[in-house]
Amino acid sequence: MKNDIVLMAQSITKYFTDPLPVKVLDDVSFQISKGEFTSIAGKSGCGKSTLLYILSTMDTDYTGQLWIGGQEMKIKTEKELAAVRNEKIGFVFQFHYLLNEFTVLKNVMLPGQKLAKLSDKDLEEKAMLHLKQLDIESLAKKPAYQLSGGEKQRVAIARALINDPLIIMGDEPTGNLDKKNSDIVFDIFAKLSSVYGQSMLIVTHDEEFAKKTGRTIVMEDGRIISSG
Amino acid sequence: MKIGLIPEIATALLLARLRQTLIAAIGVTFSITMFVTLLSFMNGLNGLLDNMVLNRTPHIRLYSDIKPSENQPINLSKKYSGAYHFISSINPGSNRKELYNVGAIVQALKSDDRVLGWAPKVAAQVFYNIGPIEMTGVINGIDVISEQNLFYFEDYVVEGNAIDLQNIPNTIILGKTAAEKMLAKVGDNIQVTSGSGEQYTLKIVGFFQSGLAEIDKVQSYASLKTTQKILGKPNNYITDIQIKLHDMSMAPKVGKEYSSLFRCDAEDIQTANAQFETGSSVRNLISYAVGITLLIVSGFGIYNILNMMIYEKMDTIAILKATGFSGKDVKKIFITIALSIGLIGGFAGLIFGFLLSKIIDNIPFVTAALPTIDTYPIDYNPVFYIIATAFSLVTTYLAGWFPARKASKVDPVIIIRGK
Ligand SMILES: Nc1ncnc2c1ncn2[C@@H]1O[C@H](COP(=O)(O)OP(=O)(O)OP(=O)(O)O)[C@@H](O)[C@H]1O
Ligand SMILES: [Mg+2]
Repeated sequence: MKNDIVLMAQSITKYFTDPLPVKVLDDVSFQISKGEFTSIAGKSGCGKSTLLYILSTMDTDYTGQLWIGGQEMKIKTEKELAAVRNEKIGFVFQFHYLLNEFTVLKNVMLPGQKLAKLSDKDLEEKAMLHLKQLDIESLAKKPAYQLSGGEKQRVAIARALINDPLIIMGDEPTGNLDKKNSDIVFDIFAKLSSVYGQSMLIVTHDEEFAKKTGRTIVMEDGRIISSG
Repeated sequence: MKIGLIPEIATALLLARLRQTLIAAIGVTFSITMFVTLLSFMNGLNGLLDNMVLNRTPHIRLYSDIKPSENQPINLSKKYSGAYHFISSINPGSNRKELYNVGAIVQALKSDDRVLGWAPKVAAQVFYNIGPIEMTGVINGIDVISEQNLFYFEDYVVEGNAIDLQNIPNTIILGKTAAEKMLAKVGDNIQVTSGSGEQYTLKIVGFFQSGLAEIDKVQSYASLKTTQKILGKPNNYITDIQIKLHDMSMAPKVGKEYSSLFRCDAEDIQTANAQFETGSSVRNLISYAVGITLLIVSGFGIYNILNMMIYEKMDTIAILKATGFSGKDVKKIFITIALSIGLIGGFAGLIFGFLLSKIIDNIPFVTAALPTIDTYPIDYNPVFYIIATAFSLVTTYLAGWFPARKASKVDPVIIIRGK
């Protein structure tokens, strides 16, 4: 496998058995190279989220193979997968999940403290830098629950960036935002991709969003019908 | 992972639910307080009751029982040694209650370093004469000094002076209950009749009160000399030797030794007071049972609150897991929460338990039955505090373990999808 492939999925197949066995993902294979800004599009219910949960290692109930950063995921333990999520994947959810018990800054720092490659001081500097790039450094000391939806989503992006992940994954990260905030978030993604060469895989059913990304994978009924 | 990150997250979760956490901690505090107080009080009482007996009971009593000889003549005969002997209607050969070899026994006691001390005694069966009425009684002839040293005799003399027994001839210290029956006062003379029918006049120099009415009705004390005189015996006549050892638990063994060495009877305290130990251990058992029940109840409190917290914090758990915390990390977080509740609540409980014990310790408790006591007894044994701490940690750990395991198993996909 080439070194510049950050993610590779091979024949990923998944069934939901409740209430009846349904094949939600059918032999899904594709790969993402370093620096690619990829979107996954498709009709509602075609299996985009399901695929993303598998790719993000949170769902392990599938057949097929998944490599992230050249490592096979199927053979890893729960703890090792947690470490992969911590170090290699930055996740941005549709609903801006932040920890309401902590400040904005602490939310951004937590995955870094879990990884513990940097000292608290360096981490804080790095987190502030990201917040500044996202234009929300003034919110650093605020408790997370006081933020607006758009602000929360930007904090989530800063959090996803803190450990310099191989790839950022997002499940409709703009799905819950108004036009203006969607545009801000998209611009951030575009900049991360073009300026910093950040690999990204974003699920969306916003066609406009999909069109603007470098590559779009289109799904239908659990299959990839176009790999872009 | 950064050291201290788990406690930091645990603290944040705890503070976010401060009210419930406090209530759970108060539950632990309450049960630990009660546990410590209950045990201190119960053991104080046990100690008191035990001391009531132990202070005055010799560890070993050497005496000579009236009983038939174990070696009847026929047993000694070589001719019939192989036969089975039917012997009936055996009577004791002599009615000597006297201890033989007192001199030798005393020599042996002196050189035995297991022995703390001993006190000789002569027991005399008498009648107290009150006008035409006769009351049975026992006069214990004692050596006041050694009786005082070993059995705190003076503590139980509620009126008069114990040492007068030694200093003034023909004196007696009467049991309080007996004295009340006779309407006797200190300084009065009373008549006693010895077993052989002779009458003596004794001057009352004090009363004693053991706290056990049965004893106070019958027993009285006089000097060895006076008692020997009443019995018409020489001054080497001794019926009992009471021994105290350094280590009470040796009593049965040492007793047996002396018994076989000097061919006398020996009664050890363990045999004589078996029922007291039973009483103590039952009381202990009850206080532990109540204390542990309280702790278990507070454990359920913690369990409930953690369960609730986990339901409320599903999102938090899902985010933690999505951003790289493992199930084990999540479990540690919730166990830490449980243990801090246990630790903080437990520590407060120890302090309150100590204070409550102190308060009880100062409540007046005056009873005729216990002349040496004026407040409720408390045993400030650090062991109770250690046990309480250990139990509070174990129960909170267990109470936290199940919810924590549940939290560690939360599937972030389900939570994130559920939004
Ligand atoms: N836990 C589950 N049990 C059974 N079926 C499920 C479960 N989760 C999802 N599904 C079904 O699997 C299919 C794929 O769902 P998925 O959430 O991946 O769709 P999606 O492409 O993300 O849709 P949308 O664009 O609306 O988010 C759907 O038909 C859904 O009803
Ligand atoms: Mg979806």
